[in-house]
Amino acid sequence: MNAPSTTAATRGGTDRMSQGTRPPAAGQGRRKSRRLGDPFLRTVLYLLLAGVALLYLLPFVIQIVTSLKTDPDAAAHPLSLLPDPFSLDSYRRLFGLGGADADAVPFTRWLANSVLVTVFITAGRVFFDSLAGYALARLDFRGRTVLFQGVLVVMSVPGVVLLIPKFLVLNELGIFDTYAGMIIPLLVDAAGVFIMRQFFLSIPKEVEEAAKIDGASVFRTFWSVVLPMARPALITLTILSFQGSWNEFTHFLVATQSPQYETLTTGLAHLVSGSLSAGTQYPLKLTAALLSTIPVAALFFFFQRHFVRSANSGAVKQ
Amino acid sequence: MTRYGSGDGAVAFPAAVPARGGTTAAPGPGAGEGPGSRRGRGGPGRRGTAVRDHQGRWGWLFTTPMVVVLGLFLLLPIGMAAWVSLLKWDGQSNPFSGAADFVGVRNYADLLTGPGQDRQLFMTSIRNNLYYVILVVPLQTVLSLGLALAVHHRRVKGKGFFRTVFYFPSVTSSIAISTVFLFLFQGSGAVNALLKWVGITGPKWFTDAHGLVWSVLGLLGVVDPDKPVPALATHGFLGLSWWDWLSGPSIAMCTLIVLAVWTTSGTYMLMFLAALQDVPVELEEAALLDGANRWQSFRNVTLPAIRPVVFLVTTLGLIGTWQVFDAVYVMSQGAPANTTLTPAYLSYTAGFQDADYGRAAAIAFILLAIILVMTLIQRLLLRERYRDGGSTARRPRARGLFPRRRSS
Repeated sequence: MNAPSTTAATRGGTDRMSQGTRPPAAGQGRRKSRRLGDPFLRTVLYLLLAGVALLYLLPFVIQIVTSLKTDPDAAAHPLSLLPDPFSLDSYRRLFGLGGADADAVPFTRWLANSVLVTVFITAGRVFFDSLAGYALARLDFRGRTVLFQGVLVVMSVPGVVLLIPKFLVLNELGIFDTYAGMIIPLLVDAAGVFIMRQFFLSIPKEVEEAAKIDGASVFRTFWSVVLPMARPALITLTILSFQGSWNEFTHFLVATQSPQYETLTTGLAHLVSGSLSAGTQYPLKLTAALLSTIPVAALFFFFQRHFVRSANSGAVKQ
Repeated sequence: MTRYGSGDGAVAFPAAVPARGGTTAAPGPGAGEGPGSRRGRGGPGRRGTAVRDHQGRWGWLFTTPMVVVLGLFLLLPIGMAAWVSLLKWDGQSNPFSGAADFVGVRNYADLLTGPGQDRQLFMTSIRNNLYYVILVVPLQTVLSLGLALAVHHRRVKGKGFFRTVFYFPSVTSSIAISTVFLFLFQGSGAVNALLKWVGITGPKWFTDAHGLVWSVLGLLGVVDPDKPVPALATHGFLGLSWWDWLSGPSIAMCTLIVLAVWTTSGTYMLMFLAALQDVPVELEEAALLDGANRWQSFRNVTLPAIRPVVFLVTTLGLIGTWQVFDAVYVMSQGAPANTTLTPAYLSYTAGFQDADYGRAAAIAFILLAIILVMTLIQRLLLRERYRDGGSTARRPRARGLFPRRRSS
């Protein structure tokens, strides 16, 4: 006999462990109580949810507050939610507006690099993944099955295992420590191809047939007829690509070496794990982390419906 | 952890039109071809050849970028690593010219059976990662399912708000989050300040190498965590003493475990939420009317219906947790006393710091083997129960998975 858990508890749930049916009167009583809602259960549920939500929010709140503190204040009162004194030094230093060692953290350089690679990778992924996905879904050619199986295999290769091997290949090709080495390997991703293929399979074929009969070429059909229909999938793919390339760390870590190629992720990682010579500088580090989070956070809040809908798609309410 | 959010095929796609007879192919061997699109099966039909030739050109043209990029940067590296793992190579010469020493399987032998420090380090990293997996996977699965059930509850107001709050950590970069956690868990940081309110003196998280098991037993006065039990310390297995094998994750590793559970639970909560929405309400209603209490209805109705997603989440969790790297790089670099060292991080340092690329590649391969074996075991378990793929977008066939209990 399992004791009911908190969420599953009903009023006096423990005494209802009998497997048989219940007398009708009691059944009605229960239904009534369920219609009214069980105030005790609801209170417990809300308290639980609110407690967990607080645990999920607090780190970010502390991060924002700490970014406005001075170093000694952050070290002495890590929990206080009031900066004392209030200070914008961290922000000034990151953007090189005065401060003692303005060049210590080349934040604007990291930002520029991140924007550059993200733009290229996102554009490349949306275009190339759609092309390949369409071919795998709709074009009949020899070797298609093998290619698709290959995509599935590649999708299941764990990324971290490729750390060292990827560096070896980049080195052999002579694009280690270049923008090309940062961007080209990420221009296509197997998961994106898979998503697009699944979507194109769901589009009725009649539309393309009509375009074909009108004499449109394969590419023309794809570009002017199919892609416009694929807007929801394209938005999903754009979001995933942006988020993936903006947050990418391991690939940039093994593809570059010079400080001039540091992105927000690699730069921040080196700053945080590197020298502790100039004190801990937590406000500075937390500010850098905060600023690097903002674009993805903005995207998330803006497209939140889409984020969730993409996770919930295919869920046909019954 | 290429964790959070990196593509792993678990991403659902928005379907504008319901797929016709859509069986969603599972990323895995034996995945079906999907509906339609194949003309003239079994050899070219009457129209077949011309159409195929015409489409063939386009098909290969469309897939060329994919073939080039994935081939060069995902398949080729695997082949190259296989070769390099058989060499003693410092990265200076061309590995294909014969300048590097071919040592056969010695790199692997050193890691798995050799008497030296290589094996001791490697086995330590395996032990650390094993404890990490054993704790993170169940915790994140249970927590995300619990959150999903709570948010899914019909009478909870503010579903959207809670969903956002729980999911938000998953979309941020692992490096940024690790930085925040580094600050929170300092010896004099926010977490210990919170604990002080409750009257607990928190440990120095990042410098405490004591195993959790021995620390807890130490608090109970059973053993002294600083003095290994001789019987356990003198005997060992695979180059580590039993005392080390049984120690549990170190206190420092616990911070990484908390971080992982906290950041991944949102993603998995969304998967569970999607699955819960597919469970027909009338089924649960019927069970409740039949006299089952909430727990029984959850056990016998809801859980069987979402079982495929439970499997999916644990599989993704297993794959992700064996690859923990980012957080180690930022927060601890393997310290204290190598208790947060993981195979992924060890492979990185063997290559980039010790310039021993042969050993680095060998570690990567053993890690790959571990992950593949884990995934295969999961797949087999999955396939036994469900023969039709396993993407989040799949609708669990709730009907017929369990016998409706009728009141007799």
